[in-house]
Amino acid sequence: MSGGDTIFREYRISDAERSDRSAGDRLRHRQKVRESIRENIADIIAEESIIGKDKDRVIKVPLRGIKEYRFVFGDNAPGASQGDGDSRPGQVVGKTGKDRPGEGDEQAGDRPGVDYYETDVTLEELIEIMFEDLELPNLERRALREIQSDYSSRRKGYRKVGIRIRLDKRRTAKQRVMRMLASDKRNDAVARALEESKADRELDTEVEGESDEIALEEGRLDEEALAASTGAAFQRVHRRFPFHQDDLRYKHVEIDTKEESNAAVICIMDTSGSMDTMKKYLARSFFFLLYQFISTRYRNVEIVFIAHHTEASEVTEEEFFHKGESGGTFISSGYAKALEIIAARYHPSLWNLYAFHCSDGDNFDSDNPAALKDAEELAGICNLFGYGEIKPLGSRYYESSMLNVFRRIQAPNFHTVLIERKEDIWPSFKAFLAKDRVKEA
Amino acid sequence: MSATPHAGAAPRIATWNLNDLAEWDRRIREKAAGFGLDCYPQEFELCDHNGMLGYMAYSGMPSHYPHWSYGKSYEKLKTLYDHGVSGLPYEMVINSNPAIAYLMRDNSILLQVLTIAHVYGHNDFFKNNFTFKSTRAELTIEAFKAAAMRVRRYVEDPSIGVEQVERILDAAHALSWQCRRNLAIKKLTPLEQMARAEDAAQGQPDPFQKIHARKQIEAPDFHKVPLEPDEDLLLFIRDHNPFLADWERDLLTIVDEEAKYFISMMETKIMNEGWASYWHKKILESLELEQGLHLEFIVSHNQVVRPIPGQINPYHLGLKIWEDIYRRFTNPTAEEIKRDGPPVKSGAEKIFEVREVERDASFIRRYLTEDLMREMDIFEYEARGEELVVSKVADEEGWQEVKATLIKNVGTNSIPVLKVEDADFGQNRTLYVKHYHDGRDLHIEYAEKSLNYLQRLWGREVVLETVLDGKRSLLCSNDRGFSVRALK
Repeated sequence: MSGGDTIFREYRISDAERSDRSAGDRLRHRQKVRESIRENIADIIAEESIIGKDKDRVIKVPLRGIKEYRFVFGDNAPGASQGDGDSRPGQVVGKTGKDRPGEGDEQAGDRPGVDYYETDVTLEELIEIMFEDLELPNLERRALREIQSDYSSRRKGYRKVGIRIRLDKRRTAKQRVMRMLASDKRNDAVARALEESKADRELDTEVEGESDEIALEEGRLDEEALAASTGAAFQRVHRRFPFHQDDLRYKHVEIDTKEESNAAVICIMDTSGSMDTMKKYLARSFFFLLYQFISTRYRNVEIVFIAHHTEASEVTEEEFFHKGESGGTFISSGYAKALEIIAARYHPSLWNLYAFHCSDGDNFDSDNPAALKDAEELAGICNLFGYGEIKPLGSRYYESSMLNVFRRIQAPNFHTVLIERKEDIWPSFKAFLAKDRVKEA
Repeated sequence: MSATPHAGAAPRIATWNLNDLAEWDRRIREKAAGFGLDCYPQEFELCDHNGMLGYMAYSGMPSHYPHWSYGKSYEKLKTLYDHGVSGLPYEMVINSNPAIAYLMRDNSILLQVLTIAHVYGHNDFFKNNFTFKSTRAELTIEAFKAAAMRVRRYVEDPSIGVEQVERILDAAHALSWQCRRNLAIKKLTPLEQMARAEDAAQGQPDPFQKIHARKQIEAPDFHKVPLEPDEDLLLFIRDHNPFLADWERDLLTIVDEEAKYFISMMETKIMNEGWASYWHKKILESLELEQGLHLEFIVSHNQVVRPIPGQINPYHLGLKIWEDIYRRFTNPTAEEIKRDGPPVKSGAEKIFEVREVERDASFIRRYLTEDLMREMDIFEYEARGEELVVSKVADEEGWQEVKATLIKNVGTNSIPVLKVEDADFGQNRTLYVKHYHDGRDLHIEYAEKSLNYLQRLWGREVVLETVLDGKRSLLCSNDRGFSVRALK
């Protein structure tokens, strides 16, 4: 044993806080996690319901991006481990690809670890990453994130006219004093005014309560202060100095203009054939933007999903994005269903209607006339009706398209877009909204 | 560094103060010296669980260079800890002079005493085992600190920056274990290698050269780089890629030095943990603990050294072998005397000798007996389809193969051996690396990614010769990407 005493160092909170060197590395790791989510955002959004959901909802996102590679042995390398005392050849002791037995947590680099873990992301964060991915400008991002669901008002200064309930007594009293001071009858008038500050009460017969008392008291104090500052002596002079119309000051309140009305967003999509990840991502993000946008303008927004192949049905968001039916398509069936739902629940005189149809452009030719007719009818009752053809690049040359068919529709609020890649989402979304016509009530 | 697993216990209100610890420490050191342990001076630092997580993420180093992977391991450890999947170690010791260990504040006095005794076991092992002779213990802390400062400087340097530093570190981390395993063997300089090649070319003196034809002497090729296959991948790149900047070379050196420090740990994990457990047991048994403490000691001790079915617990395996060596040299059975002859040394002498000269692979090869393997039910398993299946057990005909497999999986034997064969393959500076195949194939996805990292550091094409499914194959990584082709 060597000499010298053992050193014990006491734990100090300050040390722990100062020396948290892992903070920087953890931050860097989180950035990499975020990059990884961004790289896989299409897959995540394609599988996750996001439309009209709570922003604080936590979503588990699998991460496969941040592996640390080394040269290691593969699965044909036998291992050794300890049994429970009764091992027999042929016994199954685990699964390949998972953590193998015999793998201590510190045996560095001897096996490919299962470097697969989940991270928690809030929906809000996910949407933010999606906006980045779609290259949305910052201004719009903020607008789209904030769904103002409630009636709100802001105070904006004071006016000389207004309704009784918004009378600002304190300012009114101040105005009167100022007028008084400006007049010749200053000194005696001040005292007089003080006595008569009770007259304030005559101003408000409707409103009663403590706040009034306080306001009046404040008004009186202000007067005193003013009077004192002018060096006036308080003499009781019995002269009236009544309020004048010009003294009155009203709080001015501005109501945030929101179309106080109802809106329904109707999402129509054909589910014939399989929706691959990219198609799902493009469609879902487009519908999502639409919903967010409408929610910023109307107080009460309802959303309807209609899935169709040769028949149409109303479905949930999950079903909407996960139904894969084979077979042909009658676009008109989706439109007819939309009209039917509108007739039943959303009368155009009470509802602002926004319908959008995503499709890969396949339709039975025999159905085209019917589709056209229904589309025109929809355009007639909707604020805005759009058709978006989603054709990830490389697929559009050997498939039919409805874009030419719909060209015949003359309605000014009908708009078609072609989406080939995610960069198209935002521009086509903007072009679509430019056609919005707000209905006259 | 070494850490003891511990099933997450609820934090307790400590009922001790530093004076108590110092008093126990004095008694423990007395016992340890009496048993013949020979230690560096020791420092203990108390920390809470967050501090411990931080130390674990950086392998116990008081200062360490920044890299996102440490943030990742911190998050991982924290997640496991928060979910109660794994507890925190009782202790962590790093091999330095003075040795540094961390104690958890919330642990009971018994756990502190157990940990302190355990730490002295590690301390003695670091100081005396030959594997650590090449790690300059008195410089450890300073070296890590200096490296950390240099890396931070590169990160902050506007002409370099974090992205560039990460580019190199990510690649270097992937290759860091590809270095010499046995640091006790001196690496020859190129000049010494030339001399050796010349000697080898001379051939053996032939007493009968008069009566048969002269063998043709092949002149060695002194232009080949490297003259002998080189295992130190990072250092080879550092010394032979002329396009690297000084700071890049420095980063490769830093990562290589750190890897060599940890290679010694890896090479002796089973011995080291076994040794520390052996001595904490001996010391605590000799302290004449009062009954309550003694019971707590038995519970905690058994928690640490219990066998874990489906795994190899180094604490368990190591302790078993040490105790068996001591028994066989102190009190052998008649059968063992018949087999091995009577012991020539005392048990105490023998274990101290073994702790100095062995590493895990030789320790197991020499001292893990058939009886012990059977008692511990050690088996070999293989992948069959999706499942891992027991292929051999420690019976009459299988135990030697099971043992060989176990040895293949301890220490650095679990890392494939790769050597640089030629730095100018095909006369166009292609780096030719060979995997010394021992029946175990490389994991191909990992090989591809790691080879791409190698190519990043080398800057030109790299090829790796290996065997896949019994066929000699060449993996290539160049500007056009990654490819595999069969060799004749």
